[in-house]
Amino acid sequence: MMSDKTFEPKIIAFCCHYCAYASADLAGSMRLQYPTGVRIIRTPCTGRLEVEYYMRAFENGADGVLVAGCLEGGCHFIEGNLLAKKRVSAIRDILQESGIEKERLRMVNISAAMATNLAAVINEMVNIIKELGPNPIRKINNGPDIEFKEFETLNSQK
Amino acid sequence: MIVAQRKKIPEIFNVIQEHKSVLVLGCGTCVTVCLAGGEREVSIISSALRIASRKAGKKIKVNEFTIERQCDNVFIEGAAEEIKKNDAVLSLGCGAGVQAIAERYPDTPVYAGLDTAFLGILESRGVWTEKCMQCGTCVLSDFGGICPITRCAKHMLNGPCGGSREDRCEIRADQPCAWQLIYKRLKNIDQLDKIAKEHPIKDWSKSIDGGSRTIIREDHRI
Ligand code: SF4
Ligand code: SF4
Repeated sequence: MMSDKTFEPKIIAFCCHYCAYASADLAGSMRLQYPTGVRIIRTPCTGRLEVEYYMRAFENGADGVLVAGCLEGGCHFIEGNLLAKKRVSAIRDILQESGIEKERLRMVNISAAMATNLAAVINEMVNIIKELGPNPIRKINNGPDIEFKEFETLNSQK
Repeated sequence: MIVAQRKKIPEIFNVIQEHKSVLVLGCGTCVTVCLAGGEREVSIISSALRIASRKAGKKIKVNEFTIERQCDNVFIEGAAEEIKKNDAVLSLGCGAGVQAIAERYPDTPVYAGLDTAFLGILESRGVWTEKCMQCGTCVLSDFGGICPITRCAKHMLNGPCGGSREDRCEIRADQPCAWQLIYKRLKNIDQLDKIAKEHPIKDWSKSIDGGSRTIIREDHRI
């Protein structure tokens, strides 16, 4: 594919407060490494993430979006992560229809203790996106380059 | 309610791509309830179209607006300003909504973003089923409230076709035989005698086969 050695993917990682976000914290204390282009955004539950959030992320130039929810059966809100899983699958379809490779959106299940797994999943995602190259709309017509600031506001509104 | 579902993005993009700006117009009534054309779907489809547009190297301005009902003049007027600002409208209303907008804006191309499917109900979360074909002369009272026109694949009015297997329709095994349902229901409400009633050939001229229909209520006209 069009992998470019200098390309540092910008990835939004929506992490559930009760599991993946805690594991990201733990990954930090364990000094596990993941690339700097990954912006972790805390969400109260992956089931809270509306379709619009994902669409806007890609529309604004994100190269990839990772959603990390609790292990199946372990959702703090019982089935938020299961709803998110179905939603993600539907969004992958609409992204593909719009011309964005569906591999750019991925959902994983991580418990609060699985810091090593989180770091591995993030690195894997970065590699997948490096393989795919930048979000295709970024390269055309001086397309958008995502500003993480926008997502910080989004996050603080919760 | 009227039940519809969104068209695929490439199909929609294909019809809007010649325009510089498009208003994606949602409807706050039936299609909002069936999660196909309300304010949220407007936002999602607009995002998808902006992505598709940039991917195609175009700079189509995709604007968003939703009104309460696209099949009602009072609400359509509320969209006038937005419609005028755009080269074309992609309506996420049902087929009636699309046509209502098109008729009122003769100079603006109006396109359909949804496939309008049927008149039905919400069966359970995320599941909608067809219940009425608007035949124009309702016979539900004779059939325990189960429509043999809509729910029997052969529109049988005088008993089942004889092809049902177990309680399934022979045309579609994922559907119950309407006549099985009618029998059970009439039995339950103690009206099984109605099943023997003979129904004459249906007058289809009262349905869409007689051309598109108009209802005029003189007592309400001004
Ligand atoms: S009999 Fe006609 S009007 Fe009545 S429910 Fe069936 S299709 Fe609709
Ligand atoms: S099996 Fe029942 S529902 Fe199906 S066509 Fe025959 S009578 Fe109608």
